[in-house]
Amino acid sequence: MIGLEHYLTVAATLFVIGIFGIFLNRKNVIILLMSIELMLLAVNINLVAFSAYLADLTGQVFTLFVLTVAAAEAAIGLAILVCFFRNRGTIDVEDVNVMKG
Amino acid sequence: MQPGDLSVILPEIILSLFAMAGLMVGAYGGKDKTAPMLVWTTSALMVALAAWIGLQGAGRAVAFGGMFIDDGFARFAKVTVLLSAAAILLMSEGYMQRRGLLRFEYPLLIALAAVGMMMMVSAGDLIALYMGLELQSLALYVVASLRRDSVKSTEAGLKYFVLGALSSGLLLYGASLTYGFAGTTLFSGIIEAAQGELPLGLLFGLAFISAGLAFKVSAAPFHMWTPDVYEGAPTPITAFFATAPKMAAMGLFARVVHDAFGGIVGDWQQILAFLSVASMYLGAVAAIGQTNIKRLMAYSSIAHMGFALMGLAAGTAFGVQAMLVYMAIYITMNIGTFAFIMSMEKDGAPVVTIASLSQYSRRDPLKALAMLVLLFSLAGVPPLVGFFGKYYVLLAAVDAGLGWLAVAGVIASVIGAFYYLRIVYLMYFGAEDSELDAGASPILSGFLVASAAIMVLGVVNLFGVEAVAEAAAATLVN
Repeated sequence: MIGLEHYLTVAATLFVIGIFGIFLNRKNVIILLMSIELMLLAVNINLVAFSAYLADLTGQVFTLFVLTVAAAEAAIGLAILVCFFRNRGTIDVEDVNVMKG
Repeated sequence: MQPGDLSVILPEIILSLFAMAGLMVGAYGGKDKTAPMLVWTTSALMVALAAWIGLQGAGRAVAFGGMFIDDGFARFAKVTVLLSAAAILLMSEGYMQRRGLLRFEYPLLIALAAVGMMMMVSAGDLIALYMGLELQSLALYVVASLRRDSVKSTEAGLKYFVLGALSSGLLLYGASLTYGFAGTTLFSGIIEAAQGELPLGLLFGLAFISAGLAFKVSAAPFHMWTPDVYEGAPTPITAFFATAPKMAAMGLFARVVHDAFGGIVGDWQQILAFLSVASMYLGAVAAIGQTNIKRLMAYSSIAHMGFALMGLAAGTAFGVQAMLVYMAIYITMNIGTFAFIMSMEKDGAPVVTIASLSQYSRRDPLKALAMLVLLFSLAGVPPLVGFFGKYYVLLAAVDAGLGWLAVAGVIASVIGAFYYLRIVYLMYFGAEDSELDAGASPILSGFLVASAAIMVLGVVNLFGVEAVAEAAAATLVN
């Protein structure tokens, strides 16, 4: 029987993979966008699992909002990335370093 | 939804309808030629809305089943956000115009960001919180990379986007855990579940939400985007980042910890006290080596957020009052300081190195004097108004039994005074002559002098902001 814990474990694993993808990735900014998407989807699994467990619809409504915002966020992220590529000619993470911080 | 709900969020509706209508006007009515007109109408509308919201009497209205709360605290934050956004828009018009950056989207994105901020400070539910936060963030990602033919500006936008999305993810994960363990997304329901001994899930939820919000207020150790974004973004945008969004994020932070987690002050007090100490020291120490005045202001804002968080960490109504007073003063000082930075130019090109200010007092004594007042005030030197902001948060911390935090704050502010005073020293006793052009547009000089005058004249009674902040704080904490 698959219970709430299993869903939460999967979601937590995906979320951690997403965070590590952002911090350990040294190659490509697109991978950063994928990692961000992975984090948000992990949250969605959490929300839907809780929603089913609590027999409360709010969590699923929240999921729909998160999905919509994630799409808008990805669109803006890609737009900024295209501008960056035009100026810099590369999208390697290591080349995002004109300013040192 | 009841018809009455719509009247509660009428200011937000008006501003968002205006932004959409403005987009139509801009897209079909002459593109960027309409931009100056849009800048002026946007700021006029913001000032009008601020006056309207500010003059609504006391009272608390709740709309959409508790999702949206309009109380004294929200109104204080909204008035601050709208006025500072309007001031920045007015200041930036000339600067952006001369550099070909004045696109018609710019004032409208600022307006949409302001709608998001108004949603944030009024949020009474995790979903409303998230939607407000994202509306603000998405608009800010775009304005950060507004100068789209510049490597620095697009890099700033990219960094801001990646780290902002990461922080939204952390916040959202915390929100999902909070929802699961409290059984509701409403703050009024969460506060009932979060009493006494906390389930581990709620504690994790609180920690993740705090981390996400700490990113948004740029508190250490979640500050790493701030210096790069401040440096890379065009100066008026940097000025905007340093003012309105900070107020909104602090307001949201206060709303979450008091409205949703008000039953477990002890748990989040430690988190906030840690964020506060880390930000104050990082801001004070890291700013010393900076040569770029925009990066310096980034570290300065990190340190100031540390002080504002100190007020919040007190966990009392007086602490929230101190935080609100501090933020109002901080924003006023920053508007003046950035008016000065925007006017720093040589042969029409912007200059941002601190060294270029050497002997500036000979070039333009009045502006140098105003900047001196602002820098002293930022450093918290008595008797200027900036000192009273710090005094209030320290008092709140001591009252709440956080004496060690107050002592740490005093030491950090002494360290921080060094880099502000170094600029003053350069302006008056620097070795070389300043290469900067003298004079500036009347609007910039006006904001600079007005801000400095407020820092001096406000010592009488802080223009009554104390009493207003006290009433506002009382509606949040009870």
